[in-house]
Amino acid sequence: MINFQYLRTTAVKTALNLIVKDPKAVFIAGGTNLIDLMKRGVATPEKLIDINHLPLKDIELVNNVLQVGALTSNTALAEHITVKQQFPLLMLALQSGASAQLRNVATVGGNMMQRTRCGYFYDITMPCNKREPGSGCGAINGYNRMHAIFGTSESCIAVHPSDMCVALVALGAQVVILGHKGERKINFSDFHRLPGTTPETDNNLRKGELITKIQIPINGFNQNYHYLKVRDRSSYAFALVSVAAALIIKNGLISDARLAMGGVAHKPWRLTSSEDFLKGKAGTTANFEAAAQLAMKDAKSFGENDFKLKLAPNAIVEALTIAKSKS
Amino acid sequence: MEKLLLTDETSMNQVFTEKDGYNHVSFLDAIDENDRVDGVAKVTGKAKYFAEYQLPGLTYGVLVTSTITKGKIVDIDTKAAKNAPGVLDVLSHMNKPAVAGYEQEGGSPMKIFYTDQIFYNGQPIALVVANTFERATYAASLVKVSYHKEAFNTDFKSSIKDEKVKKLQGQPPYKRGMEDAYKTAEVKVEQVYTMPVETHNPMELHGIIADWRTNDQVTVYAKTQGVKATQNTIANVFKIPVENIQVNSEFVGGGFGMALRTWPLEIATIMASKQLKKPVKLVITRDQMFTMVGNRPAAYQKIGLGATKEGKITGITHIAFGQSATYENFTEGVVNMTKFMYDSENVNTNYYVIPLDMGVPIWMRGPGEATGAFALESAIDEMAHALNMDPLDFRIKNDPEKDLAQNRPFSSKYIKEAYRLGAEQIGWKNRKMIPGSLIDGSWQVGYGVSIGVFNASRGRASVKGILKADGTLVLQSATSDIGPGTGTGMTLIASRLLNIPVDKIVFELGDSSLPPAPSQGGSATLSTVGSAVNDVCVSLKSTIAELAANSNMDAHAHFTEVLKKNNLPMIEVTKQSQANAEAKNYSMYSFSIHFVQVKVHQLTGVVKVSKVVSVGDSGKIVSPKTARSQMVGGAVGGIGMALMEEALLDNRYGRYINNNFADYHVPVHADVPEIDVIFIDKADPIINPMGAKGMGEIALIGFAGAVANAVFNATGKRIRSLPITPDKILQA
Ligand SMILES: Cc1cc2nc3c(=O)[nH]c(=O)nc-3n(C[C@H](O)[C@H](O)[C@H](O)COP(=O)(O)OP(=O)(O)OC[C@H]3O[C@@H](n4cnc5c(N)ncnc54)[C@H](O)[C@@H]3O)c2cc1C
Ligand code: SF4
Repeated sequence: MINFQYLRTTAVKTALNLIVKDPKAVFIAGGTNLIDLMKRGVATPEKLIDINHLPLKDIELVNNVLQVGALTSNTALAEHITVKQQFPLLMLALQSGASAQLRNVATVGGNMMQRTRCGYFYDITMPCNKREPGSGCGAINGYNRMHAIFGTSESCIAVHPSDMCVALVALGAQVVILGHKGERKINFSDFHRLPGTTPETDNNLRKGELITKIQIPINGFNQNYHYLKVRDRSSYAFALVSVAAALIIKNGLISDARLAMGGVAHKPWRLTSSEDFLKGKAGTTANFEAAAQLAMKDAKSFGENDFKLKLAPNAIVEALTIAKSKS
Repeated sequence: MEKLLLTDETSMNQVFTEKDGYNHVSFLDAIDENDRVDGVAKVTGKAKYFAEYQLPGLTYGVLVTSTITKGKIVDIDTKAAKNAPGVLDVLSHMNKPAVAGYEQEGGSPMKIFYTDQIFYNGQPIALVVANTFERATYAASLVKVSYHKEAFNTDFKSSIKDEKVKKLQGQPPYKRGMEDAYKTAEVKVEQVYTMPVETHNPMELHGIIADWRTNDQVTVYAKTQGVKATQNTIANVFKIPVENIQVNSEFVGGGFGMALRTWPLEIATIMASKQLKKPVKLVITRDQMFTMVGNRPAAYQKIGLGATKEGKITGITHIAFGQSATYENFTEGVVNMTKFMYDSENVNTNYYVIPLDMGVPIWMRGPGEATGAFALESAIDEMAHALNMDPLDFRIKNDPEKDLAQNRPFSSKYIKEAYRLGAEQIGWKNRKMIPGSLIDGSWQVGYGVSIGVFNASRGRASVKGILKADGTLVLQSATSDIGPGTGTGMTLIASRLLNIPVDKIVFELGDSSLPPAPSQGGSATLSTVGSAVNDVCVSLKSTIAELAANSNMDAHAHFTEVLKKNNLPMIEVTKQSQANAEAKNYSMYSFSIHFVQVKVHQLTGVVKVSKVVSVGDSGKIVSPKTARSQMVGGAVGGIGMALMEEALLDNRYGRYINNNFADYHVPVHADVPEIDVIFIDKADPIINPMGAKGMGEIALIGFAGAVANAVFNATGKRIRSLPITPDKILQA
């Protein structure tokens, strides 16, 4: 761990001023990911700007859109009454992440920005294009059991490890970002990116920008939903594969569907073609299986993660089945 | 729970009132005299662990480790580190501090900072000492090492079949009757079972505080399973008299075997303190816990099992390979239980180790036997299935009357009763003979059973007892408590013998100046030290009786009155106790039978252990609560071994890639169902005055086999490679 400076501010403007001036400065929120990265020598910031005291912790419903401050803790968000009532899918996803202790300090913005858990990324003596562009990918011919099957590139096959983001992408959330030039909004599904030839860049947030909010439109996906997380132990483990599934069922037919997966790509992976397929169909096992097969088009595995080709469609079917059975 | 009766000293066998003859201990016991004597201290933070000792002028060490797997160090550039704030020194082989013992002895164990040799990746090669931990950590990151790399081999799996890779005999080959008799049997099973490297990883990180008080006197605060063993090692390495070394280790935050030796990192710290003439503390990091303090070796085991169509075993062959290191060898009892567990005329075993360029392994709870039991007990289940027999009936049918390997009787063995009780408790009658035929929603349900066994031993130990006129008793012995509740067990033995309430008894341990006792390992502490406590109490009791008689007091007079009448503030006795000669005529073992129910998800392959019944046949139970805790802890460890524990080493680099608690999985609460513990609780007539046999190891041994067998019963899928993760189920 290197020596670093620690600054704290209560004003958003000051935070932005501090970060823009200094290429070696980073924001610190809950610190649950950043500190680990610093301990392992993966992140070597010289200045930490503590944003925990910025006024970005409110959760409010405005014109049927839930506005969530980026510094809301994962626990506070999961326990918020509107989330419980309107976005129980998000609640389940949040609760399946990390441990209670971590969720208490982990923030919404930090969760989106957390880096991959790829073991090669965390060991600075190993090759990793994401950590050290051009050094090679340790995982592609190594231990890649946890790695991606969609949207991979020759330079990186890592996954984004978040659960929360899988629900948010399924729910069609938006990300509000503040930079020096003002505010901009990105669709949640466009926030994270695929590795391509620049795996060192996880997402489309620019240097010097701050995530201030996420916005989730009320959409009626609060009856038939499920977040299924398949993992190596019952709690406190990252997903092998996870599925966020939500259906709107009218007169026995699916009128609208949302599906997204975690643990399969460099970003939360929305399955729009499967969603489209399900619309207007009955919630039968056969239809769920067909939707799952559609989702697997273009999947590619790397040896240790071959099982995901079977687990992913199975998990989709299971999540849809449970979602449907809720009433 | 049945109430514990404190009876007089002559009838240890009546300690429990038992309606049905067995001692069931329920989940939430009321607080009573069976509580851990140090429980309150532990949960309130009063218990002090080695790293918590604040010595004046304490300095902090941080290790620099090798990033290559094999070769030589060309140079260690410490300039930047030495100039960093707060740094006192950087020790390495480049400035090789004088260590008298290093000059005389052979090559093993590894002499830290002695040569430029790199034996494995993550080997400690320098120690930075600074006035704060953070400064030492930063300075360690500034040390630059250049290497000359050599080709290496860490690949256990491919080494087994590679004839160019050296294999060492781990134990002499064993043969009874015909070799490989299974091959000509009417029914045979021939399979390979594998296990990955597991790491002990107790919560408490390893380390030591060393403080040379004079040039030839050192005090250490250690994390050790044996204060006397640590004392002896230090004496040997630094060539100073044993009595000049004080080892303190009152509380240990988990050992599981990894604290059974003094590791090079501890020697390095003692060296640094000597050189700097300052107390030095070293606490290693979690990732270093994977490379510096041993591990359960990976294993590859072939089992051949033959039986008649009627289900009588006719031959067992067990050939095992274990992982070891190039710079030190490590062997364990992987094939031990195969030799005597089943009634077979023909048995042959062999065990090899493969020296690899990795850190040396060490015993991990249920050492060797836990590895062996997984293979043997899986094969037994496979055979029962092949015979279309209930695996319980098959085991009972082949349960030997005596130890055929040693040709002598067992001192005590009640495993048929254990099978019966456990089966009843888990609801074995609900088990289906046809695998995959019991369904609960999306889950398949199965039942499995397995046996565990471990040598019940008794060593030699001394205990001092001081009985005081104020009604209290102090007992002292240089034994350890790595968690099982040593003090609690000893206190209960004394309390019953002398009829003194437990809160008037103090048992002191973890201090090398106390009367000697062996290290805590191999489930022998209660048997060994408990016997000495017994002898001390018997002796104190007869002294009091004599004093009472001499002073014309009633034979039942309380010892406080007897002492007062005789004007004695206290009486004192030290006793050494060891196994009796008769023990040689018997095979002494503790047994456990593990029953589990599992649920396996049909679509995701997730396995959940949904019920556990562990039955212990380990003689008389002295301390019911801590004994139960041992069994529960073993079951939790067993769930980890069966379903999740695996240290992953990338053979291209020789480095572990999941060396942290997020990625190296051990069970969390949600993985652990209610665990039912049943004790047979019948005294062993031979082993010791309490009739109690050890049980720390049997709590784990066999458990993983029971899970694998239950998974087969649930799904029809036989997973022969641990851990049983969802991917293996889906791909089977
Ligand atoms: C052992 C362990 C297990 C875990 N298991 C799971 C799991 O199962 N599922 C899961 O989803 N997650 C899991 N996590 C990850 C956890 O959710 C994240 O660490 C956490 O959400 C990060 O939030 P934070 O506030 O602590 O971020 P920090 O560590 O403070 O920051 C992370 C990054 O985000 C940046 N950042 C933070 N806030 C903002 C902002 N508002 N604008 C711009 N940049 C910002 C920081 O600069 C930093 O680079 C686990 C973590 C650990 C340590
Ligand atoms: S998968 Fe990505 S993060 Fe992992 S080693 Fe390859 S480049 Fe690095």
